[in-house]
Amino acid sequence: MQKTTSLSMKAERRRENIAGYIFMAPSLLFFIGFVIFPMGMCLFNSFFNYTMTEFTFIGLGNYVRAFQDSIFVQKALVNTIIIVLVSVPVVCFFSLWVASVIYKMRDFGTSFYRCIFYLPVVTGSVAVTVVWKWIFNNYTGVLNYLMKNLGLFLQNIGLVEKTMGTVLSGNWNWLGSPQTALGCIIMILLTTSVGQPIVLYVSALSNVDHSLIEAAEVDGATNLQVFWKIKWPQIMSTTLYILVITTINSFQCFALIQLLTSGGPVNSTQTIMYYIYYNAFKLQEYGYGSAMGIVLAIIIALFSALQFKLAKSDNG
Amino acid sequence: MKKLFALLLCLMMVLPMVAVAEENVAITLWTYPIGNWTNAETVDAIIAEFNKVHPNISVSVQYLDYTSGDDQVTTAIEAGTTPDIIMEGPERLVTNWGAAGKMLDISDLWTEEALADISATSEAVVAACKSPDGKFYEYPLCMTTHCMVIDRAAFEAAGALQYINEETRTWTTEGFVNALRALAGAGYFPTGIVYCGGQGGDQGTRALVNNLYSGKFTNAEHTAYTADSEENIKALQLLADLVNEGVLAADPSIVAGDEIALFCNGTAKMSFCWNASAAVSNKASLAEGIDPLPMAFPSDDGVPELCGGIWGFGIFDNGDEARANAAKEFIRFVCDDAAQGSKSVYATGFFPVRASLGDVYAGTEKAENAEFAVFMPYLGDYYNVTGGWAVQRTEWWNLLQRVFAGGDVATEVATYVTNANASIK
Amino acid sequence: MENTIKATNLPKMKKPQKGQEHTVQTSRTYYIVAVIVLVLIAILFTFPLYWIITGSFKTPQAVNARVPVWFPLETTSLHYQKLFERPAFMWLFNTVFICAAAMILTCITASMGGYALAKKRFAGRAVIFSLFVCAMALPKQVILIPLLKEMAFLNLHNTLWAVILPTVGWPFGVFLMKQFSENIPNELLEAARIDGAGEARTFLNIVFPMIKPGVGALAIFTFITAWNDYFLQLIMLNDTKVLTISLGIAKLQSELSTDYGLIMAGAALGSIPIIIIFLLFQKFFTRGITMGAVKG
Repeated sequence: MQKTTSLSMKAERRRENIAGYIFMAPSLLFFIGFVIFPMGMCLFNSFFNYTMTEFTFIGLGNYVRAFQDSIFVQKALVNTIIIVLVSVPVVCFFSLWVASVIYKMRDFGTSFYRCIFYLPVVTGSVAVTVVWKWIFNNYTGVLNYLMKNLGLFLQNIGLVEKTMGTVLSGNWNWLGSPQTALGCIIMILLTTSVGQPIVLYVSALSNVDHSLIEAAEVDGATNLQVFWKIKWPQIMSTTLYILVITTINSFQCFALIQLLTSGGPVNSTQTIMYYIYYNAFKLQEYGYGSAMGIVLAIIIALFSALQFKLAKSDNG
Repeated sequence: MKKLFALLLCLMMVLPMVAVAEENVAITLWTYPIGNWTNAETVDAIIAEFNKVHPNISVSVQYLDYTSGDDQVTTAIEAGTTPDIIMEGPERLVTNWGAAGKMLDISDLWTEEALADISATSEAVVAACKSPDGKFYEYPLCMTTHCMVIDRAAFEAAGALQYINEETRTWTTEGFVNALRALAGAGYFPTGIVYCGGQGGDQGTRALVNNLYSGKFTNAEHTAYTADSEENIKALQLLADLVNEGVLAADPSIVAGDEIALFCNGTAKMSFCWNASAAVSNKASLAEGIDPLPMAFPSDDGVPELCGGIWGFGIFDNGDEARANAAKEFIRFVCDDAAQGSKSVYATGFFPVRASLGDVYAGTEKAENAEFAVFMPYLGDYYNVTGGWAVQRTEWWNLLQRVFAGGDVATEVATYVTNANASIK
Repeated sequence: MENTIKATNLPKMKKPQKGQEHTVQTSRTYYIVAVIVLVLIAILFTFPLYWIITGSFKTPQAVNARVPVWFPLETTSLHYQKLFERPAFMWLFNTVFICAAAMILTCITASMGGYALAKKRFAGRAVIFSLFVCAMALPKQVILIPLLKEMAFLNLHNTLWAVILPTVGWPFGVFLMKQFSENIPNELLEAARIDGAGEARTFLNIVFPMIKPGVGALAIFTFITAWNDYFLQLIMLNDTKVLTISLGIAKLQSELSTDYGLIMAGAALGSIPIIIIFLLFQKFFTRGITMGAVKG
């Protein structure tokens, strides 16, 4: 009796195993073939001086070089972190605010605004980027025209002196000035990033347990109190998800840089992602590019781990 | 029996030959935008002509552009999917891909006749197509000098025509500065725009800087970049000062293509990136009232030294002899064929490297191209074959960006030279 | 979801309770100000699209005018003519093909894999799952150099599959489908087994219908990701015939002189179709995005 049970259990386990592997096989094939294997190769290559003509082992040479490379450390790394640190909180707060305004609207209003804010996502990053390039153009762009008129208007009502800053003269070179280029890029990044968070927040806010809110209102809680004490904890998991995806997206911002500034002017929009591309595909420094890629992967992993840790401590 | 054996032997020897002759070969050609070689209609016509002579060789074409073309070739090299023929200048074919061992030595295309004919035009062309170890990686088709262009109408209106010599198309540095001031004084701004948003058209900014005080871009041996010479520093300082003075514009957000467009629509009154081909291709987009007058770059001694452009064909080493031979046939046909040679050059809008072809534009609708022949004597050193060229190009526009952002010229130039020279291997 | 929104609307209609008039007053003012600000921001968000569409019909003079032409009274189809001198429809088709193929393959492989991870106790399950989770945070761009070599080795470089396969391999789908599969009651699977249903039949008849909403979410997710994955396309596709619409637009931009009219025509061609799809299936989109996030 005992024997047969264990036998059937064994058979059972084998069946489970086989079935499991068969179901796993297709996705594993793609995953290992096109993610894990190249990742391993990337790590491997990062220890080599690997260019179009060379392939020699240099140990940690590429990593040392990366941290001695002033453009990588002072520009690419710093700018990438600026982009993440600015865009992530702004995306979160802005989308939460928009969602809090629109989720109470009638059906049509909610979906109308949701649509509007989601438009840049579906328009496609390249299409959005090229039109912004035109808007920012310092000769034929709309922005400078508006700025010029704003400047004239402010002058007319006596708000500003005649000798105004160049920004309001209509001659400012938005993408060509180190002072504004990164800001412009972050702005465009924001318009393409808030669509999904707004959709998520609207649904999260709609799903907040309503009886709690009513109870609080009866107790005379202000709107702000209701928000922080009741709604905020309930949408916490949504917030975390948004934090994680926005962080990953911001780290990987590439098309904007490549199409708008190529990292310039004076490296003021240089990011790790673009610098990797530049080194690997423009200068054929494959090994060096791989090493910087590994560094970027580690940084993102740290950021994600931090956010997950925050999530855990919050839920626990 | 013996007879039969002999017959068989004969057959065995003949059959492969027949097979080779009959065998269809498919080759690919990638072209950078060189005049009309970017236009499918023109190139298809050339291929059709070629197929009349070689019906068994089919040629498929891929058109590259200067922004992403290099990436495409690089990824193709990495992926092992390079084309058979590529059309560009020696700075890529010889210095970059040739030096990396990716190109085929095509010395056999350089017959004695061709060598003599091309040498008669310029020895520099021959030298440019040859690697330091004596291998030819390029077979040239055409050449030009890169110049600049001004809007004669605006110069006239601003009273600045006095600063240029319309006959020799030259002007002095002093005249250039005065002309800028006159234009700006007459309300024309931007007068000219020193573009530095990327590497596109950087031959214009290089020539501008080098000519102002007769500086050199590299040493005579092409082994070091010399932007840190006294003359070049002085020139960059002058440009920065002119920008600060408000009589010249600098723009780190555009490249030459945009600058040309701004000249054509009347925003800017001169363009630093012009040549015979640009004159033809931009003719239609010129706004009304603009009268383009090609000019040499201003120089302190009034004797300009212009950058040359050389374009031709190279063959990637794809390890397939049949395709390589077919590619050579194509190049021979395009460049050397008695009837086709001048047509191929005509399509580029530039000038033939073969002296024997003479004026290919006489009596055609591009007759005004002959106007550019005036610049040929000013052709300077073809320094584009210096090592580390790709790195240098990025460093160059970054240098300009730093200088125009207010960086100290001497310091910035030193950074440029260090980085650029470090990449010469 | 529709219902929940209506439910939240209800209390607003209720008359304000005593002692709350003041808060209601300020919140009403706040609400009005907020809506005005919202409208302004909405204009900012729709303006680029407006500018793409109008720009694509403007005459070259209007495109290059220093004083912007807000609405083109004089229109031209010149830019579209120029655009269609290039294989622009081919680019659009390529893009749709990449997105659709990636979507279908991802949905099939991920729903199978996710189900196995959630319900099959096979050896090595934990290791595989943690591998998937770790890989999710990786920036996929860093693996492009070896991936390029790999595609060349497989003779796939410069084909649409070079973009499709890595997209399918991306671990998010499996992770998402695992979360959905967790909700399938074990009793149901047990019952099917006792009824003598094989693994394949159980999956098709019981599991798949239950995770269908998740599959829908994943489909939309994959589609949008593939549509916007410019970097991967840039590295893998060279040939004019295999370009995607994104690459096509970028290429228009890098041509000798920047012709914004032509670029806008390209951008319009690339964005209008997907915007129409989005507007038609808005409900599915929002539901898909939400579900993906809640489970993810």
